[in-house]
Order: sequence, then C-alpha cells, then structure tokens
Amino acid sequence: MVREASISEILVGSAKENVLRVQEYSYLSLQSLSNLFSRPFYGQDLLDQMDSIGVGSIPIVLLTGFFIGAVMVLQTASQFVRFGQTSLTGDAVSLALVRELGPTLTSLLVTGRCASGIASELGSMLVTEQVDAMRAMGTDPSRKLVTPRVLATVLCVPLLTVMSDFIGLVGGCVAAVFSLRLGVVQFWTRAIDALELSDILQGGLKSIVFAFILASVGCYKGLTVRGGTQGVGRSTTQAVVISSVMIIVADTFLTKLALFLADKLF
Amino acid sequence: MRLGFEEGDIVHGLSFEVYPRETLVLLGETGTGKTLSLKLAAGLLRPREGEVTVLGRKVSQMSERDLLAFRREIGFVFQEGALFDSMTVEENVAYRLREERVAEEEIEPKVREALRFVELEHAIDLLPSELSGGMRRRVSIARALITSPPIVLYDSPTAGLDPVTSQTIITLILRLRDTYGVTALLATHRLQDGMALANFFFDSKSNRVLPNRSKPEDKGEQNSNTRFAVLRDGKVFFEGSTEELAAAKDSYLKRFLM
Repeated sequence: MVREASISEILVGSAKENVLRVQEYSYLSLQSLSNLFSRPFYGQDLLDQMDSIGVGSIPIVLLTGFFIGAVMVLQTASQFVRFGQTSLTGDAVSLALVRELGPTLTSLLVTGRCASGIASELGSMLVTEQVDAMRAMGTDPSRKLVTPRVLATVLCVPLLTVMSDFIGLVGGCVAAVFSLRLGVVQFWTRAIDALELSDILQGGLKSIVFAFILASVGCYKGLTVRGGTQGVGRSTTQAVVISSVMIIVADTFLTKLALFLADKLF
Repeated sequence: MRLGFEEGDIVHGLSFEVYPRETLVLLGETGTGKTLSLKLAAGLLRPREGEVTVLGRKVSQMSERDLLAFRREIGFVFQEGALFDSMTVEENVAYRLREERVAEEEIEPKVREALRFVELEHAIDLLPSELSGGMRRRVSIARALITSPPIVLYDSPTAGLDPVTSQTIITLILRLRDTYGVTALLATHRLQDGMALANFFFDSKSNRVLPNRSKPEDKGEQNSNTRFAVLRDGKVFFEGSTEELAAAKDSYLKRFLM
C-alpha cells in the first residue's frame, strides 16, 4: 500500500527542491563567469549575441526612453509649477533617469525581449537534444551557449542604458520646450549640472547587475526545461517573470548600497 | 549499473560488453532504457551505481572536463538527428573540426567526403529545416563520422522513417561498419534493423549490400560480428547471436520475432 505524504513532508520536499534550484542557478552563473578565465572562447558567438541582444534592442530602448523622459517632465512639472520652480524639471528628470529609470526600464525591456528569447532558444535546443549533441561532440554548453549570452548582455545593457538616458533627456527637453516654455540651453544646463559622478556610477552598476540577472536567469530557465515544447513555453514565461522580479528587488538593495557608498566616498 | 531519476530507477542491473569492430544491437520496447544506455556509454549521464568503461577508460568516474575531451573519440547519432537548426548542413558536419581548430582549407574536403558518403553532397548549403527526416539522420551520420571515431553510438536511427528510407540508413551503417571497421552500439525497437546488420555486409568492390552467405570465407555461415542484447525493464534480458535469438522460446523475445 502506498502511504500518502504528510503536509510537512511536502513542504520539506518543496523547500529542498527550491534550494536545489538556487544552487543550480548559482553554479551556472559562477560557471558563466569562470569560463572567461580559461580557453576556449567563442568570440564569434559573443559578437552574434551582442548583435542580437544589443543592436536588436536599440529601437525599443530609444522609443520608450524618449517618451519616458517626456512623461517625466510633464509629471514633475505639474508639481513644480505650483511653486513656480519649473526650471528644476531638468534636475529632477536627469537624476531620475540616470539613477533609476534608465537602468531599470532598459533592463526590464531587454528582459522582455531577450530573457524570453534566450530561454526559448536554449529550451528548444535542450528538448531537441541539440545540447546533448553539443556535449557529445566535446563542447561545454556553458561555454558555448551561456557565457557568450551573459557577457554580451553585460556589455550591451549599460550601453543601451546610456542611450536610453540620453534620448530620455531629449524627450524631456522636447516636452519642456513645448509644454513649459523652458529654453533648451536652460534645460540641458540644469540636467547636466544636477548629475554627479556617483549618480552615473550608480546607474552603471545597476545596469551591469540587472544585465547579469536577466541573462543568467534566461539561460538557467532555458537549460532546465522539462516537459517538451509546453515546458519551453512555461520556462520562457518564468524567465521573464523571475528576471523582472529579481531586477526590481535587486534595485532596492543596490539603491541603498549606492546611496551609502556615495555618502562615504563622494 | 544503476541509473534513475526522481521517479525511481530506470536502469538497474544493466551489464554488457562490446568488443572492437563488433556491433551490439540493443533491442527493446520504448522505455526499457536503450537511449539511457547509450547516454551512459557516452558519459552524458552518470550511473548512481556501477561502472562504465569505454576504450579502457572509466567514463563513470571522469570529470566533466575530461569527458568533453573523451567524447571527441565517440560518434553519436541521435534519434531525431539533433542537428543544430541555426547552422547549415556544412556547419553541422564541420562543427567538430572547427571546435578542434582544424585549418579551414582542410575542413571543406573532409565535409564533402563525409556528405558524399551519405549521398548528400548536394545539400551542403541547406538548413536542417529544409531537409526530410531521413536526410537529417544521414547528415547526423556524416557529422558523427567526420573525425573517424572508433566507436559510433546510434540511437534508434530508423525510428519514424518509412521502410525505404530506413533501408538507406541501415545501408549507411553497414557501409560505415564494413568500410571503416567501426565498433557500434545501436539502440532500436525494430528487429529488422538488427537482422539486416547481422545478415548482410557491404561489399566495397561491387559497392553493394550482399547477404553474408555470399562471402566465400563464410561458407554459408553468418559471421557479421553482430550480437543482440534485448533490454527489459532496465536490464539485459537476453544476450546472444542472431541464431540464439531466432531460436528463443521465451514469449517476450518471440514478440520481437513475430
């Protein structure tokens, strides 16, 4: 006779499974980094991924960045107008974009576009035994598939963030000029003067960490697909959801850390 | 050897040997552990208990890094071909050579030779999605033999193919065995595949597949270095020659013979 599992056994089993997943994810993430320090390197794969992840994401990043900047100006100006301080709009938008919205929104956009793509591509390769075929031919899938994707994302997302920040300020400037009747020079002067090195470093650090999260989660979910093509779909969705949540959670801690360091160092 | 997943042991008490230049046909129904046996032999899976020794090396105890180097000496033909779908036929077949940093000018003749062997030289620039199921298996065979490995593992190479295409694939396996003396482990649920390997040989002089008894030295006896291992519930249920299998009285074995 088969004994039914008790609730505590089910909970312990589930907890063990989750710990195992975290362990597997951590191992794959570390492996993707340690592969950088030994041969072979897959330079062509890195370039292909940079083209796909970086160049391919430019249109959506620029389009959304422009309108986010414009919306930021309109929202902040509606408050500043009460105090007759609309000239501060440039400061507020610039700080919000460089410190927070630029890296976070860019990473979330790239997550939607690329974490899903990475998970579905690797997942499809796994279920059609292409990953096993790769191993059978003496290739380490973590080197060939994971490291180029993680590195390409880590290199491209900060650049995309810089583009997004700049185009966001352009959008903000357009909104400020046409809606608030601010001068172009006045807007840009205040926007640039408001920024300190610590703000730029904060944005840069965040975009690097977010890029690593979205690429590594996408790769992990792709390489742990179970259940055929249906499983690929499930993993793709999970990759986007988990990456997005992790990015937002990490953002909180990174902001706290960055503010603490800025206070101590600058 | 024992191997299992969360659901329990799938392979347990599995034990067999394959000798140089021999073909061992792993015969069994779906879910009896044929594919797992091949993956264990290639070190793609590790047994929970037991030992896997291939080419004198203990595969089950090797690190993943050592396994990657070791697997370059083995050809693996996957059930559905497992071709890289973003690469052309040429890139698929040349994959291992490029991994080994072989000079580009040496790669093309080798790829063409391998594709000529499987009669697909004309498909060199096509993508896997443009190939039929049989063509994909043939490209997979070309990819497996590109480095002339001493051992080739075939995972149900004729599964899901029509009889004519299946015969083409079996002919290729015979050619590979009888032309290059490759040691093979072939998993299949089709007895006729095993029987074809046991009862025929490829005559390179006439470029034809001939029955074994036409070999003058055999004097009418069958001698193709082919044995059968019938798997049942993750164990070797029967191991022996074609004649022993044909003479079997067991009801499970007779199901394959009917």
